[in-house]
Amino acid sequence: MSNNSLVSISDYSKDEILSILDSAAEFEANPNRKILDGKVIATLFFEPSTRTRLSFETAVIRLGGSIIGFSDAATSSSSKGETLNDTIHMVSCYADAIVMRHPLEGAARYAAEVSPVPIVNAGDGANQHPSQTLLDLYSILKTQRTLENLTICLVGDLKYGRTVHSLIMAMSHFHPTFKFIAPEELKMPDEYKLFCRKNNISFTEENELNENFNDADILYMTRVQKERFQDLMEYERVKNVYTLKNAMLEHTKPNLRILHPLPRVTEIDPDVDKNEKAYYFRQAQNGLYVRQAIVSKVLNSITFKSEKK
Amino acid sequence: MEKKLKVAALRNGTVIDHIPSDKLFKVVSILHLDVTLNQITLANNLDSAKIGSKGLIKISERALEVDETNKIALIAPNAKINIIREYEVVEKRPLVLPEEIIEIVQCCNPNCITNHQPVTTRFHVINNENEILLKCHFCEREVRQEEVKIK
Ligand SMILES: [Zn+2]
Repeated sequence: MSNNSLVSISDYSKDEILSILDSAAEFEANPNRKILDGKVIATLFFEPSTRTRLSFETAVIRLGGSIIGFSDAATSSSSKGETLNDTIHMVSCYADAIVMRHPLEGAARYAAEVSPVPIVNAGDGANQHPSQTLLDLYSILKTQRTLENLTICLVGDLKYGRTVHSLIMAMSHFHPTFKFIAPEELKMPDEYKLFCRKNNISFTEENELNENFNDADILYMTRVQKERFQDLMEYERVKNVYTLKNAMLEHTKPNLRILHPLPRVTEIDPDVDKNEKAYYFRQAQNGLYVRQAIVSKVLNSITFKSEKK
Repeated sequence: MEKKLKVAALRNGTVIDHIPSDKLFKVVSILHLDVTLNQITLANNLDSAKIGSKGLIKISERALEVDETNKIALIAPNAKINIIREYEVVEKRPLVLPEEIIEIVQCCNPNCITNHQPVTTRFHVINNENEILLKCHFCEREVRQEEVKIK
């Protein structure tokens, strides 16, 4: 087992999170550094996710490493009934690290426990997707110049949306104030509210999206998916009231930035795109630098500032 | 007097009493008593003033280890365990829920890796305000103690 794996954002301390973000900033300033020269990284995508895979693969290639792997379980040996344990052992004969996406929850933790080489979780079912969380943090840090004492508004599917749950965990190091805005069906589960209370994080809850985010520094929008609703009439109603329009941003703070993990459906009207507060496309681009930092860290290829003497 | 007729005395070994009747065979299975070579005596649906109907297990010539008896804490927290030597109770064993539960619990999340691949289950026991939760080590799903599925 390799203990350098990144399975969940909670595997990283506050200092480790900050050092990843520092190193991402260095990669943004200079993305082409051959520090992975001669290294082989496997990208095992047991379910397709083109966006995440291309981001990781570009990160590795820009660092001079090489890629092996598959982009769909149908082309892998697991479709012949091979266990995950066996696939990981086979691939670790060739690769120095494994970036893995799997449709089953807990697959990444399990893989990290049986693998001789580090595992980077690129999403395990509805469970964890730590590189997304780190790129969210990087985007917040970059646009606000700090992570401390921010007011963050989380909007949309707060029940099933794993990105918002991980964001709460990660931001808990930095004294945030949260505002949860979600329809009744998709409200924040009790366990995360309990987590906030235990960590002295103040939050409020609302169930309509109107101009109730004028004090926010970050507006984090999530996708509201039709299949989450039992009542389709209710979905139609929610879909219409949970659309952010440019006119709604008139009285927001000048430093407000709008984030969204993408792809979006109807939650952000295209008329927001040209507003300077719209940050979601650049947020996706930040993923590259953050993933360069993650891959370098799991392979011990860079020394982090906090680890220098 | 009548009780003694129903269940013969044990010279050396372990007695597990006050098992809810519907949990008796779960306890047998968790302790792997279905494959033991020791003499065992099972009794079930005995009258109990405390729990209505109870089961009882006597295992001859074997004192169960603490980590074995603690496995029972999850499904029969009020069971009474006595270690017997020469017909005397030499130890009344309290049941303590372990911090980690390996193997005996099944994850309630149908999309959990442990329900699809040959992975030994592992749960962390969390004391949350006034309830006990089990958190799957793999998929991180939490479940209340009373909703736990035993394999
Ligand atoms: Zn599980």
